[in-house]
Amino acid sequence: MTDAALYAQADRLIARKRLIAFALPVLVLAYLTYAFFAFDIAGLAQRARMDNAVTLISDTYSYKTHVERSNRTGGIEVAVEGERKGTYDATNYPSWVTVGDDSARIVLDDGGVVEIDGDTTRYDIPGYGAITASVGTSGIEVDRDPATLPDWMSYSNTRLTIKTDAARVSLTRARTEVFVYDFGWELFWFTLDSPYYGHSVSQVLFGDRIDPARSNIAGAWHDFWNNPIWRHGDTAWALFETMLMAFLGTVGAALVALPLAFLAARNFAPLMLLRLAMRRVFDLFRGIDGLIWTILLSRAFGPGPLTGSLAILLTDTGSFGKLFSEALENVDDKQIEGLASTGAKPVQRYRFGVIPQITPVLLSQVLYFLESNTRSATIIGAITGGGIGLLLTQAIITQKDWEEVSYYIILIVLMVMLMDSLSGWLRRKLIKGD
Amino acid sequence: MSTTTVDIRDAYFDLVRRRRLYGGLILLILVVLLVSGFGVANDRNAGGFLPGLPQVLDFPADVIAEAWERRAELPGHLVKFFPALIETINIAAVSTLIGGLIAVVLSTLSTRGLARWPRLIPVFRRTMDLMRAVPEIVIALVLIFVLGGGPVPAAIAIAFHTSGALGKLFSEVNENADLKPLEGLASVGANWSQRIAIGLIPQVAPNWLSYALLRFEINIRASAILGFVGAGGIGYELKNAISWGQGQFGQAAAIFLLLFLTIVAFDQLSSAVRHRLTHGAKA
Repeated sequence: MTDAALYAQADRLIARKRLIAFALPVLVLAYLTYAFFAFDIAGLAQRARMDNAVTLISDTYSYKTHVERSNRTGGIEVAVEGERKGTYDATNYPSWVTVGDDSARIVLDDGGVVEIDGDTTRYDIPGYGAITASVGTSGIEVDRDPATLPDWMSYSNTRLTIKTDAARVSLTRARTEVFVYDFGWELFWFTLDSPYYGHSVSQVLFGDRIDPARSNIAGAWHDFWNNPIWRHGDTAWALFETMLMAFLGTVGAALVALPLAFLAARNFAPLMLLRLAMRRVFDLFRGIDGLIWTILLSRAFGPGPLTGSLAILLTDTGSFGKLFSEALENVDDKQIEGLASTGAKPVQRYRFGVIPQITPVLLSQVLYFLESNTRSATIIGAITGGGIGLLLTQAIITQKDWEEVSYYIILIVLMVMLMDSLSGWLRRKLIKGD
Repeated sequence: MSTTTVDIRDAYFDLVRRRRLYGGLILLILVVLLVSGFGVANDRNAGGFLPGLPQVLDFPADVIAEAWERRAELPGHLVKFFPALIETINIAAVSTLIGGLIAVVLSTLSTRGLARWPRLIPVFRRTMDLMRAVPEIVIALVLIFVLGGGPVPAAIAIAFHTSGALGKLFSEVNENADLKPLEGLASVGANWSQRIAIGLIPQVAPNWLSYALLRFEINIRASAILGFVGAGGIGYELKNAISWGQGQFGQAAAIFLLLFLTIVAFDQLSSAVRHRLTHGAKA
């Protein structure tokens, strides 16, 4: 080939590479533009519920205490998040609220004061002044001209809502409610009916016996573990269930796939037909995604961790079968020949010639899958009704327990990171052999 | 002389016995854990394993029987659900692209020798670990609450996880890259982004692409699953078809078929392309 031809060839090659270098980003950009319209991103702004986002974010780091008066029957109730299990009684009202017979006086952080007295509510707002509203037979009445109310108040004949940074007050004919925001996750350790509520750590550990019937540590642990709002015991059990699903699915699949992989490996399967059939079976099990397996199995076994484990097991049998048979095709034949020369039978040849060679590869694959299956088990749990995934979806569906949602999210992330480092540690320990 | 040989042999057999004992013990513990684990899972399940076993094939049989009875409608169903399938694939593609681009940035920032700010390497690594640890469903469910159902929450959720997962794999690739071209570029005054674009990317692009394709395959499955919890696409249609129950199994069968064929097709396609990328065109 002449120099000129070589140069021309090189020029063509470079021109092509340059074209690819420019065409690829253009293609990606064009595709993303198409997706922009296909996903209707422009319409998203209207559909997005920013108020939901605000509730969600503020609920993750704060909680609200409801002070509620029933306008039909009278009577004041003070409860954390309005929950029955978080209801205060006369012995333990928070310091910012004074409860009378059918009245309450709430002093807010910013100096505002809300006074409920029967059907009348008076809110003294710093920087604005006092507003008085009352529930009468004709509806809700305020002492100001409704046309002059600022936009953080909304007023109609049937409802008045006042939103400030410190609280939210709402009046309807049925009830008068004041929501007071506070920082943190209230009742995380003990609920109000527990004798340990409001005691410090050192009091519980070293102080006098608080509940005469039980020792402090045992009693506190019992009340914490069975906390009816946060349900720590159930949550721990759900986490365990998710990890169990991942473990059973992964290890079960590895044990099922190993003997089958011999049948699918070119150098071990005597019959080509059997080998090809085995490969198709692996493709089939992998192709029927975990989602489909979950649906099929939950029809027969009902929702629960067993269904999740089996769904993971079946999908991963396909993946492991493929990976293991590839590993088997890459083994070194010399060791097997050496064993054969000493008169080893086929089983002995596999046991001493093949297994030691592929163990590191298999182990590292299995451990990788164990970590990623912990995440899959969370997702499958949400569909099939088991483990932490179920708790998470339940908490999200109720649309009010966002502090529990964030609690579960933190636990899930910690669980996955734990499994990640555990699998990494085991990999180093078992494969590098130290 | 002979005593030493015997000693060595004894020591060797001792070692072999001990290793075999450990191996056997580990295997035994694993089996015990597995059996007792399945026992626990079985107790916690709504229906038991043994009573359910005869019914395993009932549902598929119902679906297939009904689909076969109304096989004339099947092409119609396939056409009807094709747009949903395209949406599922679009979710996977967009999230792989965006996640991949973020992963490129994160991985170069967290590889020794390439990092723009070497002191911040641990920060970017931990960020990727965290992103990798969040299951897609967590972000998707929260975003569905804020943004409403549809493809966007799923795409964001999968892209987030993909950035972390690909970032780790990309940075492993980067560690094997030759740093000499980058030094050469630095010596002629190239800035950081020029060094990465001209010196690094041509070296690692095939491996990056190969990992991204593998991820795309995984993301198709993920986007189908997220559809099932309300994020649009074929999973959403599947949930509807199944919850309507008997009479709509023809639709369910069509969706199963579409999903299965898509997964197998992309599986085969990506493994062919990946083989080409890592072993050269004419291997």
